Amino acid sequence: MSVRVAKPGALSTLQDLGRFGYQRFGVVVGGAMDEWSHRAANLLVGNRESEATLEITLIGPSLAFAETTLIALCGADLSPRIGERPLPLHRPVLLRAGSQLDFGRRQSGCRAYLAVRGGYHVAPVMDSKSTYLRAGFGGFEGRALRKDDEIPIGADDAEDYYPELGQSLREGGDPFCAPSWAVGPSFAFTAETSQAIRVIAGQQWEALTDGGQAQFVSAAFRITPNSDRMGYRLEGPKLDLRKPIEMISEGVTFGTIQLPPDGNPIVLMADRQTTGGYPKVANVASVDLPLLAQMMPDQRVRFELISLEEAQRLYLVREQDMNLATQAIRERRQAP
Amino acid sequence: MAVEPHRRAPGDHGAAFAHRDSSGSQRGANPDKPIVRSIPTGWRIEPVGDRCLIVEFGRRVDEEINRTARSVADHLMAHPIEGVIDIVPAFTSVAIHYRPEALADSSAGDSPHRRLRARIEAILAQGVARPSESLRLVEVPVCYGDAFAPDLAEVAAACGLTREQVIELHGASPHIVYMLGFAPGFPYLGGLDARLAMPRRATPRTRIPAGTVAIAREQTAIYSLETPGGWNLIGRTPLKLFTPQASPPCLLQLGDRVRFVPISLERFAALEAQQA
Repeated sequence: MSVRVAKPGALSTLQDLGRFGYQRFGVVVGGAMDEWSHRAANLLVGNRESEATLEITLIGPSLAFAETTLIALCGADLSPRIGERPLPLHRPVLLRAGSQLDFGRRQSGCRAYLAVRGGYHVAPVMDSKSTYLRAGFGGFEGRALRKDDEIPIGADDAEDYYPELGQSLREGGDPFCAPSWAVGPSFAFTAETSQAIRVIAGQQWEALTDGGQAQFVSAAFRITPNSDRMGYRLEGPKLDLRKPIEMISEGVTFGTIQLPPDGNPIVLMADRQTTGGYPKVANVASVDLPLLAQMMPDQRVRFELISLEEAQRLYLVREQDMNLATQAIRERRQAP
Repeated sequence: MAVEPHRRAPGDHGAAFAHRDSSGSQRGANPDKPIVRSIPTGWRIEPVGDRCLIVEFGRRVDEEINRTARSVADHLMAHPIEGVIDIVPAFTSVAIHYRPEALADSSAGDSPHRRLRARIEAILAQGVARPSESLRLVEVPVCYGDAFAPDLAEVAAACGLTREQVIELHGASPHIVYMLGFAPGFPYLGGLDARLAMPRRATPRTRIPAGTVAIAREQTAIYSLETPGGWNLIGRTPLKLFTPQASPPCLLQLGDRVRFVPISLERFAALEAQQA
């Protein structure tokens, strides 16, 4: 089985949960920008959540499926459709052999995640299928998808993984079949809200002036257009340090907010470097990273300071939600 | 490239490590057995968000502090803690990335950060073995020719040296790999002769070819991939520093001693052809 790329879209790359265990060699973690949508998409098709999905950015590709394929799309709504029929998000969808998946106008969010039952059959590099574009390795040939690429995918049990979907597809004439249920709203980050992004104070938070601290949690920062998978460059009131700090490079993580000398913060995202030498004023709480990952250049972001304990409590609650969703999906499979 | 085992002189253990009394007899009985070392006090543990923490052993770039960081990183690699997914030693610190859900304990009400922090504190209080890595000396051939060394003349002028003296001092400096970072396989080497200390360039270059050898302050770096960069470019090696399919993927490892050996343009071309 394979999927053929009829049109590549703006930036479509295979990503999983990242390339951990190699940061000590300077190897970037990468992985899905919106880990929640990525995980949910995999769970819906019965994959391990660490399987790769296709991260689709802003303008979707056109993908031709030669055989019956079970897919799920989560995250941004980029108006997916089969022919003239809109394809529902956040649920499993069984595509009839010969279907072409197209995308249209962006309705909400920035990145959609396409999981296929059985996953994408590319060789892991350093234990991960994530594409790292800057060094050209991982994913499909170390690059974004191009026209006429054929990516091996799938598993033999796709058609009857959800028996009722297989039956409806065989009996009816529809181009695809999907259930009426979907995963809950906590898995559908629309990023159109004015909700503040919650952050935890960083190691150099105290080095900000009082004014700088006050502005950080009250001002709106614009996500500038030169933001990408590596980092979001923000623009707003210049944040000042009490005095310049001599930093020695050390580890950073997903969501670390660095403050370079120009006073404009940078939020480190999936393709961040492994170490950094700028003051770290804050770190985005992991539960709000998916929201940030779905935000667009020119959108404005506000920050709200919470404690590390609160961030970890929220994180554990979200993990519990994911476990409950996993269980619920499994039950749907057995009892239609 | 020649790689040879590098035996260190007896007693060369570094002053910052105080030997515990109990380990002294072990050392006498079997010099190859790992020696338990206490960690110099004054380390700090700080959260980096809700999925990472950093243990910091000092606030200056220094061989002993760096060796402590590497020892602790090695220990954590050899004795994995459930829930820890990545260990990233840097100049003076070790970053520890973890999955909070694997460190949660609903009954105790302790946060995952506090639980991991307590584990790390116990390890540091107990001391860790000296690095088990075989100490290697890696010879890195470098062509210091004009085509590869756009900043060599400027470095020489600023340091009041001739080009030949710069090359000689660079080759004679006792380089050691302190950290891999910035890009995959990109080594930061300490040990540069203080006479070659230069600030970084005011305006970084947008494209520096892979293999370029560069200096800034008292460090040398080798650009492992084509990237932007602000260091002073003094030569190029034909060796590949990063090979994603290899295991490990990097030519140089933390703690490696490195000697730069000048080569001609012809030799560079021959070695480069061999690498391809």
